[in-house]
Order: sequence, then C-alpha cells, then structure tokens
Amino acid sequence: MIDRSEPSHPDLLPNGERERTGRLAENIIYFARALRAAGIPVGPGAVLDALEALKVAGVGTRDDFYWTLHAVFVKRHEHSILFDQAFRIFFRRRGYIDQLLAMMLPQAPAAPQAPQAGATRVHEALFAGLDDKLKKEHEVELDARMTVSDREVFQRKDFAQMTAAEIAAAKDAMKRLVLPLAEVRTRRLTPHLHGHLIDIRRTLRASMKGGGDFIDLRFIGPNKRPPPLVALLDISGSMSQYSRIFLHFLHALTDARKRVSTFLFGTRLTNVTRALRERDPDDALAACSAAVPDWSGGTRIASSLRAFNKLWARRVLAQGAIVLLITDGLERDADDTLAFEMDRLHRSCRRLIWLNPLLRFEGFEARARGIKAMLPHVDEMRPIHNLESMSGLVAALADGGDSSADPKVWLRSVA
Amino acid sequence: MNKTTPRPLPTSIDATVNLLAEADYLADRSLGTVLYLALKMGRPIFLEGEAGVGKTEIAKVLASTLGRRLIRLQCYEGLDIAAAVYEWNYAAQMIAIRAAEAEGEHDRVRLEHDVFSERFLIKRPLLQALEPDAAGAPVLLIDEIDRTDEAFEAFLLEVLADFQVTIPELGTVKAAHAPIVVITSNRTREVHDALKRRCLYHWVGYPSAERELAIVRAKVPGVGKRLSEQVVGFVQGLRKQDLFKAPGVAETLDWAGALSELDVTALDPATVSDTLGVLLKYQDDIARLEGSKVKDLVDQVKSELRAAE
Repeated sequence: MIDRSEPSHPDLLPNGERERTGRLAENIIYFARALRAAGIPVGPGAVLDALEALKVAGVGTRDDFYWTLHAVFVKRHEHSILFDQAFRIFFRRRGYIDQLLAMMLPQAPAAPQAPQAGATRVHEALFAGLDDKLKKEHEVELDARMTVSDREVFQRKDFAQMTAAEIAAAKDAMKRLVLPLAEVRTRRLTPHLHGHLIDIRRTLRASMKGGGDFIDLRFIGPNKRPPPLVALLDISGSMSQYSRIFLHFLHALTDARKRVSTFLFGTRLTNVTRALRERDPDDALAACSAAVPDWSGGTRIASSLRAFNKLWARRVLAQGAIVLLITDGLERDADDTLAFEMDRLHRSCRRLIWLNPLLRFEGFEARARGIKAMLPHVDEMRPIHNLESMSGLVAALADGGDSSADPKVWLRSVA
Repeated sequence: MNKTTPRPLPTSIDATVNLLAEADYLADRSLGTVLYLALKMGRPIFLEGEAGVGKTEIAKVLASTLGRRLIRLQCYEGLDIAAAVYEWNYAAQMIAIRAAEAEGEHDRVRLEHDVFSERFLIKRPLLQALEPDAAGAPVLLIDEIDRTDEAFEAFLLEVLADFQVTIPELGTVKAAHAPIVVITSNRTREVHDALKRRCLYHWVGYPSAERELAIVRAKVPGVGKRLSEQVVGFVQGLRKQDLFKAPGVAETLDWAGALSELDVTALDPATVSDTLGVLLKYQDDIARLEGSKVKDLVDQVKSELRAAE
C-alpha cells in the first residue's frame, strides 16, 4: 500500500505512471484531510499546489517527498510537529488512515465546573419550576431600568457572590461597557486636516488644478490606533472565578479590536488567543477550558512569567502593548526571580497594569513577600472584583490612568 | 561578491544545494527543497526564524550565484507607498512649473504631461524590481516584514499576486519576468495568513553540529581545526542551556573570528569568560554563566571531543 503513495519513479512505463498519478492525487487529498483534522488549516488550493510541487520536484526519495509536502502544507512553525506526526502515521500503512481520522476527532468540551457559589445555581436548576415566577420578576427587574440604588448595589456586588442570573447580567453589562480605548500615534502618516507635515504630493496635485498658479497646502499627520493588549490571567484555585469573568470581558474586547492576546497561567502557560476568537462567548470559554489542563490547580507566578518572557514577549509585545496581569500575587516561595521577571516584563511593554482581586478587602495591606516583590515594577494596581472596578479599568485604559491606582501608595503604607 | 554572469535556474534539488554551497552557504536539504520549489513554481519564499540564523544571507547568496541584481526593501513601521514603490521628485517638479510660468507657458495639459513624466519619477525598490533587466529577473529581498503593519501587508499581497503596480499619472507597470521574492520575518508579530499562504514557508532553525562546523570552516578560514571543533561544541552546548536568547550562527562566526584574532588555539575558561559578550547579548544570560559554569561547559566540550576521536 505504501508504494501506491510514493510518486512515480522516472523509468516507469507511461500507462503505469498515469495510474499511479491518479492514486497519488487521492492519497494527497486524504493526507490533506488528515492534516486538517490534526489542526493544520489546509485548503483545496494547497492540495493542487502539492500535486504541482511533486510533479515539478521530481521526487525520488522519501526525504524529498516529506520536505516537498512540508513546504506546501506547513505555514507556521508550530504546525511542523503536527505535520511530522501526521506524515509518520499516514504514510506507514494504508489501514491506519481510518484509525487516524477516528483518533483526531475533536475532544469533548470540559465538564462544567462546580464553583463555590454553585450551590445556589444547582438549587436553582433543580427547583426551576418552583422559583420560576419569582425568577421572572427578578430578571425583568434587572433588564428594565433598575433604580439607581439597585444598580449601584449590582455594580458593587462581588462576582464570587453572584447567582447565575446575576452573572449573566454582569456579562451583558460588560458587553455594553463602552470601550473608548485610548489610541496611540503610529508612524504611519495619513491625510490630516491640521497635521504638522506638508503633504507635498497632494499639494502639488491640488495646485495643478489651478494651472500651478497658487499652492494650496495639504497636510498629513500620524495615524492613531489602539495599542495591542496582552492579558495574563492566573487560573489557580482562588483566582479561577475572577479569571472566568474576566475572560468574558476579554472576549468582548477581542471582538472590538483585533490585537488582543490572552494567556492563562497556573502551573504552565497557555496561549488561548485563538480560542477566544470564537463568536459565541460560551463556545470561546469552552474552548479555553479544553485547552488548559491545570485550571484551579496551583500556581507559580515566577516560572510562568519567565516562560512568557522567554517564549512570547518578543512575539506579542511589539508595537507598544499594554499588559494586564490578573493575579493575587500570593507566591508560595517568592525569591529574586519574581522581581527579575516582573522587571523584564515591565521594560518590554508600554504599560503594566496589575488587577488584584485582593483589593476587595477593606484592610488590604501589601505585606506578602510576593506582592511586595511585584509592586515596584507595576504601573498601576487596580481592583477587579466587581463591575464598578471593570468600568474603572476601562476608564483607565481610555485616559491613561490616574493617581488613585499608584502602587507606591501601597508600598509606602507598609514601609 | 563578484558579479557573475547570469545563470539559468537550477534544475533539481541537488543542483540548488550545490548552487548555494558555491557561495559558502551550507543549506540543509529542507531549505534546498523549498528554494527549488519556489524558483520553479514562481512563488515567493517566506523565511522565519530567530535572529542571526542566516535568513537575509540566503537572498544575497541567491543573487550572487545566479548573477542577478539584488533589490532590498527594508521594512519598518509606517512604510508606505512613497517609500516602497515610487515618489515624485517634487522639488524638481516645482522648479519645472515655475520655469514654465516664467516662460509664459500656459497650456495646462502640456504642463501636466511634462511634469508627470518619467523624468521626475523616483523609483523605489518595489518598482525597481518590476523593471526589465537584461540579466533576468532580479532577486527582491523584503526584509523584516514583521516590522510593518497590516496595511502594507495587504498592499504587498496585491503586488505579489500580479506583479504590477499602477501609477495614476503614468499607467500600469507590469513585470516582464516575475522577480524572485524572498521575505524574511523575525516573528515579533504574527504576519497575516493570507500573505503566508501565497508564499512557500520555511523555518530557518539552528544548524546541527556538523553543519555548523562546516560553516565555520568555510566562512572563517583562519581558524585552526581544534579551535573550530571546540567553538562549535561550546555553542551547541550553550543552546541547550536555559538562556533568554541562544546565540545564532552569526554569533558563532563572530566568536570564532574574535578568538582567532586573539591567537587562541584552544578554549580555556578565562578567555571564554572574557569574550562571552560576543556570544550573549543579555546581562542575565552572561550572569548565569559566570564562574564555574563556564569551566564545566569547556571541560564537557573537551571530553566529548576526546571521546569522539
């Protein structure tokens, strides 16, 4: 069977060659399907390219065959490993193809979590019929114009203590948070009514209309865009609830502007940017849960930051990114590496904002070693436990922050 | 590099690898395959990899061995059509307008035709690549495309699809022979899939020990046999350490050259510590290798070489 997939040998008879080419095309199509199932996006155009490439390359050895297909099908460095595995399995024995396709079925989504406040939700689910009437009124109350005091209470309610309906309402409110994210100047120049540079090209064209008699100046100025946003979320035990809510916020952000990268860290660092690009927020979160094996486990902030700095910082922090770090800062054995990695992260981005749910406690003081190590390298530290703090964050992203979130305040109080 | 007479494109993967070897660029088989396919199928080559592995070198080597002109477009943020394709020589145009006015020339159509002619057109790299060349299609190197933004990428995609550019005042310029396009990226930004799909992609990784040794021998001829083996062994060992930025091939060649300038015949921990700045560019990496670590690595390299003999 493996012979059928090898391309024709140069000294073969014409009619045998034609039969083999036909089989070859079939095999390449099946292989492309296998690659698609393995996670490499391969379009039909790529299959045609592969056939043309094999014809042109005059492939004689298995190695050349491998690299020819690799050149056509792989467009990202990360897909190289997937391609390797798929090739090994596919071109070993024909009978394995069915097994391969069966193996590569998409994984079932993770089982639903049982959070702390889940008791309320389970209760609601079980007694849905009984509480129906009450629930309806409750929902209508939330949807319609809430009174000012009700809305205020809702804004200040801690996410960890919300019921399912309230969380759904909070997600809705987050979507409606107006995001006038501050734009920064880029180096690209566009026509601008009151720019500071003269656009000679348009000036001349305008003056040609008048026969070159007078010169009507036209200007260009720098283009403005919102900077890229990178979010690092801690998903260890205590943080997982807040991270989940924040993921919704990030999902809404990812729709509005394209350059948002999201990373989850617990015992390891995972890039979930692609998962969050799904249109439906629940699908997006399910994809995130599926991608991360260590939800609600332990956390090592220093090693996760080190992994981020080494593998991802140079890829996503270019062009002046703003980094949102969501963690409580409670590192079990805080040593110099934590301070060093925070310093490096701080130097690589435009602004580093630390969102700490511990700030929900009135008597919070920055006494823990981990927190003290991280604070000096952060531009702002803000709370993140309720809707009010979310709006505060959005306002901060829009204006450029105010002094109320200055980390030095916390450091001074414990000095 | 000497300008050689233009040669036809290589006819097989082996021929491609040999062609590169002529200019002392030792490529592995996968790179040879991608290059050959790109040349034959007329597709651009997209090279991605860490800094210092020789992506830009490939374009230069291709140009010199095939005897074609090398046109280089260095990308940066804010690169636009005026800097990449063409620009009008505004100062000369203004003078021409004023001179015509002084002579009493009022025929607007004739004036426009005069002012917007090839005489006042400054051709930038992309337009230069589309022009006919006696030596055959030139090699167009688009360097560090991850430094520009999506707007320029979209424009580039359009140009690479048809190899033609429209200048409103003059008309369409179409390439007689499609240029050989090499695009490099340092991966500081994800380049859009549409552009990558148009090209044949290759990740240029760090070479194996044998290939790196051959590269050092070819590029730095003054280095002795023993020193070159030790240098390569040390750098290969360094890459296995948990460094922030592993040294690339360019750094290895720099270091070999530096050591031969210092008349060193074999590695010793003191010299290595002194010259570590040639290999490592981050302070925490250098600090990580301070003191006994260097000695351990050097001893390990020497014992491995002795065992191999």
